[in-house]
Amino acid sequence: MLDLDPGPYGAFIWPAYGLTALVFAGMIAASLSHARRWRRKAQAHQPDLAA
Amino acid sequence: MAFSRWAAPMFGIVAVLLALVGLWLGFAAPEDYQQGDTVRIMFVHVPAAWLSMFVYACLGGASFLSLVFRHALADAAAKAAAPLGAAFTVLALATGSLWGRPMWGAWWVWDARLTSVLVLLLFYLAYMALRASLDDEAKAARAGAILALVGVVNLPIVHWSVNWWNTLHQGASVFRKGGPTMTVDYLYPLLLMSLAFMAAFGALWLVRIRGEVWRRRAEAAALRAARR
Repeated sequence: MLDLDPGPYGAFIWPAYGLTALVFAGMIAASLSHARRWRRKAQAHQPDLAA
Repeated sequence: MAFSRWAAPMFGIVAVLLALVGLWLGFAAPEDYQQGDTVRIMFVHVPAAWLSMFVYACLGGASFLSLVFRHALADAAAKAAAPLGAAFTVLALATGSLWGRPMWGAWWVWDARLTSVLVLLLFYLAYMALRASLDDEAKAARAGAILALVGVVNLPIVHWSVNWWNTLHQGASVFRKGGPTMTVDYLYPLLLMSLAFMAAFGALWLVRIRGEVWRRRAEAAALRAARR
């Protein structure tokens, strides 16, 4: 059974997990947008470049 | 490039699956008799802390290959690892702070472990700032690699800081002589979450290396076009 009631420590546990989710979301978004942006630019210069 | 096309999504899927099982086991584990529910912060704090060091070791290894063999892909790998490592280090410090407040009564102490991890973050930031400040790609790669290799000295300090100095931070409880000291109720979710973080790093690192290779291709093509 999952224990999702951390009692008085919720104020520390949930922010820790929320921050983790936020950092991962940021890393994923930044990495994908960086790769896509430069891939588009490279292909604009050389349309024959394979994906 | 062909490898990263299938490996990055595969690592991403593995990371999600491992994290789901790890979180399930982590929140099904009983409260710790001393730390209560705050022990669950360990399942994100410790993997982030391990990754902060592992990523720096990758950055150091790639920098060494870049410096010695002048390998462009090694340099791209080093450059791609730095922001990810910095993010894991920030996460380790922030979640550690959220764990420290209820357990130690302080958000931050100038303890050997915390301070050496802060120095690790400063090395990541200095590496990124140095690379960003130099326009010449070859000079930036060389200067960055030297700085990254200097920072490798900090890794054993981070790891053994809890043994070398009296610290508020607890000592090693997984990678130690005589085996782990924690119960499997916590050890299994911790290891699963660590593998999830590792797989996520693998996926993101490959994506960023791809992006870096595309950037170099785009800039080389733009330069060629300008010369025509």
